Amino acid sequence: MLEVFIFATLNGLVTGLLLFMLASGLTLIFSMMGVLNFAHASFYMLGAYFAYSISLYFGFWSGLIFAPIIVGVLGALVERYGLRRVHQQGHVAELVFTFGLAFLIEEAVQFFWGADTKNYQSPDLLDFPLFTLFGQEFPAYRGFMIGISVAIFIGLYYVLTKSRIGIIIQAAITHPHTVSNLGHNVPLIFMGVFGVGSALAGVAGVIAGPVLTTFPGMAVVLGSIVFVIVVIGGLGSLAGAFIASILIGLLQSYAIASNLGMPDLLNLLGLEFGRDHPLTDLWTLTLPQIAPILPFLLLVLVLIFRPTGLMGKREQ
Amino acid sequence: MTVLSLRNVTKNFGETEIIRGVSLDIEKGEKHAIIGPNGAGKSTLFHLISGLYGVTGGSIKFKEQEIQNKQPYEINRLGLARSFQVTNIFARLNVFENVRCALLWSSGYKYSFWHLLGRQKELNEKALEVLEQIGLKDKMHFPAGELAYAHQRALELGIAIASGAEVIMLDEPVAGMSHSEAENAVELIRKITAGKTLIMVEHDMNIVFDVADRISVLVYGEVIACDKPENIRANPKVQEAYLGEVVGSA
Amino acid sequence: MALVKKSALWIAYLLALLSLPQFFDSVLAISIFNQMAIAIVFALSYNMLLGQGGMLSFGHAVYFGLGGFLAVHALIMIEFETVYFSIIWIPLVGGFIGLLAALFIGTFSTHKAGTVFAMISLGIGELIAASSLIFVSFFGGEAGVSGDRTFGPPFFGVEWFQNVEIYYLAVAWVFIATLFMYLFTQTPAGKMANAVRDNPERAEFIGYSARRVRYITFCAAGLFAGVAGGLFALNYEFITEENLNAATSGRVLLSAYIGGLGYFIGPIVGAVILTLMNSLLSNYSDLWMLYLGIMFLLTVLFLPRGFAGFIMMHQVAWIRGTMKQLIVPYLLSGIPAVVFVMSSIALIELSHTEDAEFYYLGLTFDSNGAMDFGLIALVAIGALVCVRKSLPQLKAAWESANEVIDETGESES
Repeated sequence: MLEVFIFATLNGLVTGLLLFMLASGLTLIFSMMGVLNFAHASFYMLGAYFAYSISLYFGFWSGLIFAPIIVGVLGALVERYGLRRVHQQGHVAELVFTFGLAFLIEEAVQFFWGADTKNYQSPDLLDFPLFTLFGQEFPAYRGFMIGISVAIFIGLYYVLTKSRIGIIIQAAITHPHTVSNLGHNVPLIFMGVFGVGSALAGVAGVIAGPVLTTFPGMAVVLGSIVFVIVVIGGLGSLAGAFIASILIGLLQSYAIASNLGMPDLLNLLGLEFGRDHPLTDLWTLTLPQIAPILPFLLLVLVLIFRPTGLMGKREQ
Repeated sequence: MTVLSLRNVTKNFGETEIIRGVSLDIEKGEKHAIIGPNGAGKSTLFHLISGLYGVTGGSIKFKEQEIQNKQPYEINRLGLARSFQVTNIFARLNVFENVRCALLWSSGYKYSFWHLLGRQKELNEKALEVLEQIGLKDKMHFPAGELAYAHQRALELGIAIASGAEVIMLDEPVAGMSHSEAENAVELIRKITAGKTLIMVEHDMNIVFDVADRISVLVYGEVIACDKPENIRANPKVQEAYLGEVVGSA
Repeated sequence: MALVKKSALWIAYLLALLSLPQFFDSVLAISIFNQMAIAIVFALSYNMLLGQGGMLSFGHAVYFGLGGFLAVHALIMIEFETVYFSIIWIPLVGGFIGLLAALFIGTFSTHKAGTVFAMISLGIGELIAASSLIFVSFFGGEAGVSGDRTFGPPFFGVEWFQNVEIYYLAVAWVFIATLFMYLFTQTPAGKMANAVRDNPERAEFIGYSARRVRYITFCAAGLFAGVAGGLFALNYEFITEENLNAATSGRVLLSAYIGGLGYFIGPIVGAVILTLMNSLLSNYSDLWMLYLGIMFLLTVLFLPRGFAGFIMMHQVAWIRGTMKQLIVPYLLSGIPAVVFVMSSIALIELSHTEDAEFYYLGLTFDSNGAMDFGLIALVAIGALVCVRKSLPQLKAAWESANEVIDETGESES
């Protein structure tokens, strides 16, 4: 039992940190521009695909460096030539634009890379068990994923709180006009933040691609969950996004690892229902079965009872 | 008869006290102006009375009913209408529809989805009357958001008075207008609030002294004086706090 | 007079719907018309939410799907004689279920518009789509559930064996639904929905609870989405999880937006365009979704009011009789624009195709030769240059055609 728990925790942590890498960029973009970027996970997918193509010729490590850069530049271009144009029409138009972009990127990926799953492999260098616990191995690549996520967060935190540009960004989030009047180029900052946010999503894609498989649906699979996270955490709150990411990562991991279900609960209560009962699906539910819907259940509950999210201040 | 009565109303935003114990009685039919320097809390007071903000403490009675915990639409239904400092209209509806929407509730339509508006003769005529009053009848088919500024302000007034509310609150009705536009607006205000209770926030002292029967002076969230215009002008406390230079220069 | 004009429009709409099978009577055509009918009702109901009420939903398929599932179950019940009524009422069953679902979900989702509403709709959509795969006995899992519409009492001898019979039934429902949705916009609740969309704060100061107004619109939209779901069930006789998931929700957003939000006729136009693309273009190219995506993004960027908005932009010039000034500039920019689009499509298809030869617009190209590829690319670039060169001319012509109206700020180019 303990080994299941420990491995579920570790896996949940890997997922949670990965989710946060996406959620942090999304949150940053949202607090800066008020845009909830539907296409954020699409940049994550692009990261994986670019890295895959690069890794075919130059190996995994080149992909890790260059794929996020390409994705970041693409993101900046999208901001400059797309979002900025739609911005005057209000938030609904922006949301619709990013929705369309997500749709288009998915189709474009299928156009360029095909609809099949790509054989994107983790590097041989990391192909060994990091440690063995209760006879179960924990792959080094997962350890690497944890390491690189943590490193990026420390870097991000340092840049945001200590550096000059970070302070300007923080000021631009709350007082864009003042910052602009002080002579800073706010549109450029917006473009930069959008680019960096996209690049972060790209990094997540590069390192997640080998584990979560690289296929055209990978953006949709993760995208809605990342959305859920930034909303649960409170729109615009990095701390909230962090808590929500880890929470959902662990929650899903535990739910999948456990084999508890309604039958166990019913046994506990001493109840029994026949197999042919009309609600038989309900009586035979198990936790692994409902793991995929847990985030959405949580989202709906949070939005009903605490519309600002866990740590959020602003509503719109 | 007192129509609106505030008792010890306070409002804090976080640690900051914006309204610090305001008590005020407004008589039926009076034209009451609230003046004070920028940041004194005039607009906040308006938002408290009309229900946009909840009070931190104290009570507000409108026609003998406590309204401090009520929603804006509930207060409006009791017969209190207001305008906004920043133009606040329904931008994509046309001018006629703006006014007609403002008439709907008081005409008893509620949330009806079985009345066809085109067939409601009385309602449409009433809307036209209001448009006539505010001088926008020839612009009735324009989308409201595309009107000139002064016209938008007139529409703003029209929406406030359309429902026939007995108490009308106007938040800086002539802000941003040219001199002649402001004169027209004052005429309009006089005309449309005849026989009604008017509460007004305004910076232009000429207009305030011209229109108001009584003036309250709000400074740092407190009413430091509430009296007839001539007494306010003579009040040394008011002059010291705020008026002196303005009245002198005006 | 206005009433006569309006009635004439409605009669024309009905006649157009009724006469379609007279012109195109192939099996394919009828099946496309049926899809169109369903899409029109669904897109109009979506426009009630977003266009009229300002609520951006990413989960509108929930009401469509739930209505459809219950409708199929109703068909099954008719088949097993648990209930006994003609299948012409099936869309009402769907509508009733859509309404019920909206009545419940609306209690907490219509609290706010904007991002919060969008997120709740997304969450609920995902939740219900995922749940539908879990509760197999009702939703039938991946395979879905299927029924048979030919049971139950015949309707004046019609037993619904043919799709064209269903088409006429669908026309009746489409017409009724369109009419009621239009009439809704003319009621106090409908107008206040517009007012709340424009300015929820001010709506509260004229006596209306913004939340209540949104709730009513939301429920009405749910009702008509359910009717569309019921029509779907009648037409296809089966329904799966796909019909209530995010993809279906996304598609209805696309069609309403491309057609033009805010115009009553917009979603009808969008539904027709999307259905045609879906059923005709997909025969020619498996990249049609890519084209759809590009078209959608271009619409959002350059035609924020959609096709209907583009047509309505010319109202002023039409009234003032200055349309003829626009014809030549439109042709000058339009022809190279069409050439550019067609040659771009040729490029995309050429680089995608796996056959050695590629047929396009009656021409045959060599898929492997760089020669043909370069030639088309040259045409595309040339056309693009022509478009760019002619645009200032078009802009000037547009401005002169709309001159007077500038002071109202209406001109949008």
